[in-house]
Amino acid sequence: MSKVYYTEDHEWIRLEGDEAVVGITDYAQEQLGDIVFVELPESGSKVAKEDPFIVVESVKAASDVYAPVSGEILAVNEALSGEPAVINSGAEGDGWLVRMRIDDASQLENLMDADAYKASVA
Amino acid sequence: MLSKTGAPAKDTRFAARHIGPDDNDIRKMLATIGVPSVETLIGQTIPESIRFKGALNLPAPVSEQDALLELKTRLESNVVARSKIGQGYYGCHVPPVIQRNLFENPAWYTAYTPYQPEISQGRLEMLFNFQTLVSELTGLPIANASLLDEATAVAEAAGIAWRHHRMKRQKIAVANRLHPQSRTVLETRMAPHGVEIVDGAISEDMAAVIISWPDTLGCFDDVGEFIKQARDMDVVVIVATDPLALTLLDPPGHWGADIVIGSAQRFGVPMGFGGPHAAYIAVTEKLTRLMPGRLVGESVDTAGRPAYRLALQTREQHIRRDKATSNICTAQALLANIAAAFAIWHGPDGLQTIARHAVSMAGRFAESVTAAGYALYGATFFDTVTVHAPGKAQALCDAAEEHGYLLRFVDADHVSVAFDETSSDRDLDALCQVFGCTTIESSKSRLPNALRSQPWLTQPIFHAIRSETDMMRYLRKLADKDLALDRAMIPLGSCTMKLNAAAEMMPVSWEKVANIHPFAPDRHVEGYRAMVDDLDRWLSEITGFAKVSLQPNAGSQGEFAGLLAISKYHQSRGEDHRDICLIPSSAHGTNPASASMAGMRIVVVKCTDDGDIDLDDLKSKADQFSDNLAALMITYPSTHGVFEESVRDICDIVHAHGGQVYFDGANLNAMTGLARPCDIGADVCHMNLHKTFCIPHGGGGPGIGPIGVAEHLVPFLPGDPLNSESGAVAATRYGSASILPISWMYIRMMGAEGLKSAAETAILSANYIAKRLDDGYKVLYRGKRGRVAHECIVDTRPFKDSAGVSVEDVAKRLIDYGFHAPTMSWPVAGTLMIEPTESEPLAELDRFCDAMLSIRGEIGKIEGQEWSREDNPLVNAPHTAQGALVSEWTHDYDRQLAVAPAGADQFAFKYWPPVSRVDNVYGDRNLVCTCPPLEQLAS
Repeated sequence: MSKVYYTEDHEWIRLEGDEAVVGITDYAQEQLGDIVFVELPESGSKVAKEDPFIVVESVKAASDVYAPVSGEILAVNEALSGEPAVINSGAEGDGWLVRMRIDDASQLENLMDADAYKASVA
Repeated sequence: MLSKTGAPAKDTRFAARHIGPDDNDIRKMLATIGVPSVETLIGQTIPESIRFKGALNLPAPVSEQDALLELKTRLESNVVARSKIGQGYYGCHVPPVIQRNLFENPAWYTAYTPYQPEISQGRLEMLFNFQTLVSELTGLPIANASLLDEATAVAEAAGIAWRHHRMKRQKIAVANRLHPQSRTVLETRMAPHGVEIVDGAISEDMAAVIISWPDTLGCFDDVGEFIKQARDMDVVVIVATDPLALTLLDPPGHWGADIVIGSAQRFGVPMGFGGPHAAYIAVTEKLTRLMPGRLVGESVDTAGRPAYRLALQTREQHIRRDKATSNICTAQALLANIAAAFAIWHGPDGLQTIARHAVSMAGRFAESVTAAGYALYGATFFDTVTVHAPGKAQALCDAAEEHGYLLRFVDADHVSVAFDETSSDRDLDALCQVFGCTTIESSKSRLPNALRSQPWLTQPIFHAIRSETDMMRYLRKLADKDLALDRAMIPLGSCTMKLNAAAEMMPVSWEKVANIHPFAPDRHVEGYRAMVDDLDRWLSEITGFAKVSLQPNAGSQGEFAGLLAISKYHQSRGEDHRDICLIPSSAHGTNPASASMAGMRIVVVKCTDDGDIDLDDLKSKADQFSDNLAALMITYPSTHGVFEESVRDICDIVHAHGGQVYFDGANLNAMTGLARPCDIGADVCHMNLHKTFCIPHGGGGPGIGPIGVAEHLVPFLPGDPLNSESGAVAATRYGSASILPISWMYIRMMGAEGLKSAAETAILSANYIAKRLDDGYKVLYRGKRGRVAHECIVDTRPFKDSAGVSVEDVAKRLIDYGFHAPTMSWPVAGTLMIEPTESEPLAELDRFCDAMLSIRGEIGKIEGQEWSREDNPLVNAPHTAQGALVSEWTHDYDRQLAVAPAGADQFAFKYWPPVSRVDNVYGDRNLVCTCPPLEQLAS
């Protein structure tokens, strides 16, 4: 089982070798309500840890998603452009946002594990 | 207080009619609140330390008739000439059916921005028609519901391109001759972002190229090469055009434009010495999310009926704050609706007939002057002919003026003549005489080859209405769908939906107000200038400032202009580095959006649990950023509806750190005659003339947001847009000049005592409502002595747990009672903010309070499980006639309770919402913002 980390800003990042998949947490999607649009970065672009790099919009709120670590965007979840509701139905599964290559795995060290995150939003 | 009964002195009768409650009512209201007098109440509401003790130095009030006569006399010296100046402003005929049934109809002009779609379907439909019209004219799929003026539209378009390139390309090219006023505003708006405006060639580091088609002198340049280069270098193509020309020409969207902007003024709106008019903007699909301003979209209601609503609101300042696409909130809804009605009235063929008339006039004039030996500037043109007259331009302009015509003096050797819908053979003969030539009867078209070849504007609505009977009834049908001030109180907090008195409105239609070109010579507009001087003096007196600029044509524009003045002040003292703007977390979304536009860095100051600015946090932030502090933006009384005690201390802290204090005057209606921003410590303050000073909201604009400034900031006020270095924020010197008479009339008829009484009564009414609603709701945020200012916030959050009822359910249920909802979820999510204004009579305040308390009773029934959480009159609100009368009734409450919850008396004056709850999610996921064309309907 690959390891999943969580940020205080409600992103999750799942490590797969030196690549990682990033999304927003189920708690975050529930707070936002029905997602109507996701603005994704371009594949190949570089992001630095804590850069706002994605915008997730519901009818009443637009929320920045911050890069949990620095790295390069390898792929974005194209399915979201036609069907943003996937984030509501599967925020931590089919509703992933981007796949990225991690510059420095040590940046993961300060993030939370599932239990710590769960406790933080309880 | 002013008396409505007894033997009223002539000069106080207007104030007594503007103010809803009479002396008897006021006694009752005071008794309910439990204070002996209005003065006691005000003493408990406004901190003693900021009270204005004197009397405002304003002329003694006069009656409606005397004020009208006085204003007419003031404006007598305006000269209504036959304008051929062009440059973005043209003569047009306002169809009388539109003037009387829309422009001068309170059902249209007293409505608010359509945030509550269920009670706004009429004007949303007309704005949807406007968007469809713009999309068809421009050939681009996404059009919004108007911008403030053509010059700001150019700047907004540039902003889209800049953001599209993620703020990394710092240059914008101007390909050919842009209207000078647009160029000035573009410079003003882009300078704070460090974006450079360059002429001519395109390069890869440019965000956009702006092409004028035709250019400001009327000529169509061959822009093919520009477009090709722009495509190759991924430079956004912005085309500034004339909508009437586009009725004949191949739409720019078809030949490479990414953004098309212009002014819809000549579609039925008088020039009005500069405004208000609706500017339009249309973009390609990929730029949709970067589009500023209101966008009307089609969705469905709970019964699956098509229903309109404002779409993609997350782009806007009230949600996105400093990251919004623009600070615009008020736009020009009323004028956009007139433009749409104008297009419906004429249809595509009629519009083309008008366009061809202008083409023919311009062509004949061109033939005539060339036959007499003049050369023309440019080979192709639409309605504007620029004549090369070496050394004679001034003499020609002077000669024309003697015949009653105004031409555009371009330079010593060139003069422009623009033709329009109103031009006649007599005009042509007179002008030919001026140029010393004979009128030639026929001409060949000088339009460019790129003509429209496809059918356009095929949507049924643009073909359905040709008789005046149909038009009158269509406008009535739409108005009947909406809830405006002509039907009921609109208790929107922070919006000041007060009376827009008929006497205030009348001068707007006067010829000497309406039919004057904004660039007419000063000697033609002495009346306007006298009126502007009066307003400058009066508003300065009311706010305590040294000078007022009337140029900003919306509150958001005022904020931007005020912050620019602050920046320039710091720069003038060699303190360019001061760029930190402190903004309380409770601020209106335009504040951070405007600060961001002004190039400032935003630092948020915390608020305490009771809504006040957290003084400790302010001190620490001011200290931390002391070296770079530029300004603090503060709303007073606060957005939470409280007169904060510490406001003087707040101003002192900011000043001590070298910063300036910007007052957001959205809530000025609570202060007129009672306290003055400048005295409290503000350096700049904007006033919303469309709130405090009676300009109607127009269903989402027009508005005016003048700024008052202290002496040291006077040199930094926005100047003449025709001067490229002036820092102008709008296309004309006095912005929306033609609606200034509304505020002039209000102040003239109220006088110092009337204005003070208005503020007192606004505070009294809000405290009365707060007291009455205390029985069912928790009223949040009160001042030190338990009083609210001119509005109050009611907490509906507890009902989510106790009954599954949301703030939206309460808001929509109010529609069944015949009310527009108060402001929802602002400034605090899950609450309602109620502002009654001084104009609402006691009976209406009581009807509203009764409705709110009755709704509280309904919530009680859900709490007591008499009704289920899933099926009750709140979650199902609003109830339509169709739902109550036609559908099978399956609910646990009866039909009468659904549609007339205030009792059977309600049927005598029942407002029926045309749709039930509108589905916001569906609308944003499936964006439709134009009517389908005929072909699509058929298939």
